[in-house]
Amino acid sequence: MSPRSSGLPDSRIPAGPVADAWRRTRDGLPLISPLRKRQLQVLVVGSGLAGASVAATLAEQGYRVKLVTFHDSPRRAHSVAAQGGINAAKNYANDGDSIERLFADTLKGGDFRAREAGCHRLAEISGGIIDQCVAQGVPFAREYGGTLANRNFGGSLVSRTFYARGQTGQQLLYGAYQALMRQVAAGQVELLTRRDMLELVTVDGVARGIVCRHLITGALETHTAHAVLLASGGYSNVYYLSTNALKSNASAIWAAHRQGALFANPCFTQIHPTSIPSGDAFQSKLTLMSESLRNDGRVWLPVQRDDPRTAAAIPEAERDYFLERQYPAYGNMVPRDVASRRARELCNGGQGVGPGGRSVYLDFNDAIADHGRATIAARYGNLFEMYERITGDDPMAGPMRIYPAPHYTMGGLWVDYHLMSSIPGLFVLGEANFSEHGANRLGASALMQGLADGYFIAPATVTAWLAGNPTPEIAPDHPACREAEARAQGRLHGLLAVGGSQPVDGFHRELGHLMIEYCGISRCAEGLQTGLKQVALLEARFHQEVRVPGEATGPNGELEKALRVADFFSLAQLMLRDALAREESCGAHFREEHQTPEGEALRDDGSFAHIAAWQYQPGSGEPTQPAPAAEPVRHSEPLQFTVMQPSTRNYR
Amino acid sequence: MSGTLSLNLRIWRQASPDGPGAYGSYRLEQISRDLSLLEALDVLNEQLIGAGERPVTFEHDCREGICGSCGFLVNGQAHGPQRATTVCQLYLRQFKDGDTLVLDPWRAKAFPLIQDLAVDRASLDSLIGAGGYCSVNTGNAPEANGTLIGKDQAASAFDTATCIGCGACVASCRNASASLFVAAKLAHLAQLPQGQPERSHRARAMQAEMEQQGFGSCSNNLECEAVCPKQISADWISWMHREGRRQSS
Repeated sequence: MSPRSSGLPDSRIPAGPVADAWRRTRDGLPLISPLRKRQLQVLVVGSGLAGASVAATLAEQGYRVKLVTFHDSPRRAHSVAAQGGINAAKNYANDGDSIERLFADTLKGGDFRAREAGCHRLAEISGGIIDQCVAQGVPFAREYGGTLANRNFGGSLVSRTFYARGQTGQQLLYGAYQALMRQVAAGQVELLTRRDMLELVTVDGVARGIVCRHLITGALETHTAHAVLLASGGYSNVYYLSTNALKSNASAIWAAHRQGALFANPCFTQIHPTSIPSGDAFQSKLTLMSESLRNDGRVWLPVQRDDPRTAAAIPEAERDYFLERQYPAYGNMVPRDVASRRARELCNGGQGVGPGGRSVYLDFNDAIADHGRATIAARYGNLFEMYERITGDDPMAGPMRIYPAPHYTMGGLWVDYHLMSSIPGLFVLGEANFSEHGANRLGASALMQGLADGYFIAPATVTAWLAGNPTPEIAPDHPACREAEARAQGRLHGLLAVGGSQPVDGFHRELGHLMIEYCGISRCAEGLQTGLKQVALLEARFHQEVRVPGEATGPNGELEKALRVADFFSLAQLMLRDALAREESCGAHFREEHQTPEGEALRDDGSFAHIAAWQYQPGSGEPTQPAPAAEPVRHSEPLQFTVMQPSTRNYR
Repeated sequence: MSGTLSLNLRIWRQASPDGPGAYGSYRLEQISRDLSLLEALDVLNEQLIGAGERPVTFEHDCREGICGSCGFLVNGQAHGPQRATTVCQLYLRQFKDGDTLVLDPWRAKAFPLIQDLAVDRASLDSLIGAGGYCSVNTGNAPEANGTLIGKDQAASAFDTATCIGCGACVASCRNASASLFVAAKLAHLAQLPQGQPERSHRARAMQAEMEQQGFGSCSNNLECEAVCPKQISADWISWMHREGRRQSS
């Protein structure tokens, strides 16, 4: 039976053994005739791995598809920046991998805060994703014999990661993008670029369309459909400095949340241990260095605090290879959260290097000695070049400096096993939903999930929903559309009317400082409460002092930013609340009050083996004047474990 | 290599595609050499907003050289003076204190101007739509290791597949040709067994679409190769022309 709790829709998790659950579910789903599909309109928001793959696949099946993206081209979506690779349980390395093993690693990596059936389904589908991508011409790395190459990735003991140099996300995205453009050219997909989704249209509680702003003309447009699919990515930009692209935003999922879509586990955000550290105040982003670098790079810090010497001048005996020292079994390959926390602790203790002592060394000297420069260059050449371009230093000559950076958000809109949100007819795919990664995501599993959702899961479950809900399309002048347009207009004009003196970016930077301080690598009740107060104050100041120049018509980049930052303020407060309510440490969520004497995370399965799903409560004021909004309601969906019982992670 | 420098900027300002355009002159005082050129434009824009002026519109997103959004001419060079570098990865340490940088949008018939330094490159998507894919519907794929592809062959295919679609090749070509862009996609797929069934059709269709979209022809200037942030070789353009003869023979 599906676990249920009051206030939550049925999660529709299939009954019976987990191992075969997806096949059984899929085989039982209703179908739609090809003729009928041609009459059905599906709307997809986002053109990354999940959005492009689902739009292409649904179009191939005969649906009429509209794809909305804020980019000028679908190929720009931020999936393009994923470096390391994509997991699949092919066991090509013959090192003992299997579907069961990938399933177990996903569940364990997520620290038992994900649904068993969902994790198993991902592992089951993973092999088919690689087959599909290869057939599209994705140029994965190969062995001399011509077979696909695999590599090891953080948190795993087997080699199951497929890669295309350090640009795996780019190549997978282009595969999906090319499949999408084929359908655009065939007239099956209408491509709507340069549009920001601002509102969701619902009729009788069912998702029926969206309102978006055309980013060149400024016009508000309403698009209606029989089903709406959000694949709009994650929300790490709430931290201002993150590995995300600058325009990555939460506005689409937040618009849905305001209309009643539950938001699950917002505090589960992943900090990536290997990014280029920050420096100047005007630095606009933190560039990720793929964690595959940890395969060959050794992380260390000077033993001596505030050591003034250069890395080269510090002898071997005075270097602390702290991950190898603390975790002999996994060494530099410990999971992301563990690596991030240890780096932060030592830097706080004064051992850090670089500006402000906020970085650690990642050293390739031994790897170059063991394998030769040519091999290391072949493995990481483009990453090394990227590092040198940004910092001016050559990683072949001396160690890189790295530091943790906000990277991926496991939280997102709550979805059931069919990827449908709590709003019927609204599906959520990829990083935008909360599914399968629990409290922490394994390296190289984001690409797997985005493509599993887009190529295989949603096409089946969206079809099933459409088969059972033969409602006619609504007209764009339906009262519900008018209401949604009025809401969007209200927010646009509210921001333009503030007439303050401060540019948007300054507020975003301040929000980022608060969030990284109080809701980052390490959290505590006192800090979270302080964070809640300060974010609310900052939000109030934003709505009084921001200056958004220009008008609603025509291109207005500052207005785009203001709309996004306004949503980040609300989301930030939900993250803080969620982190406060979850009185345990699990995965990437580390509460200082809940740790072992050795400083390891202390999970509380008795009280928190559940998904937290938050319900929006409309405030008394308009969203532009967020006077004290009513407190959101926290629902919980209990997690049941039948195959594996929750165990304590031990990477020592 | 920290420290600061001051820069003079002459930036093409044009509010709308059919409105008038002119250079605007700006000065940035004592900003960090560790900023990227786009971050320097962020600084400028904050100053402009503070002064009640319209900020400079320029395309950008990932700021790590992979999304292909950014791109404009810096002193006449697409993406600026540094080899194999998108403009978002161009750091001020490449310049000297007091330098003057002239920033212009991509100028090509197939890339209509939107505002200031931003142009519309949707024509590149149309080129891909004309045939830059393998027609394989989801679910039709055979087992991935069923097709063996040599390591070097896969690497060479990757070298052409790495194009980020920024349009620098078009902007730097005196004929505004998209030959390098098209050749890269044709070469990526023609080097792999998966690309063989549609190889002839793809080559014909993409080259016809290039003409249709208003791109010019190649006259072997090779500026495209020099500015390509992903260092795609212009030899592939010669290969594409041979490919055309192969198809017609």
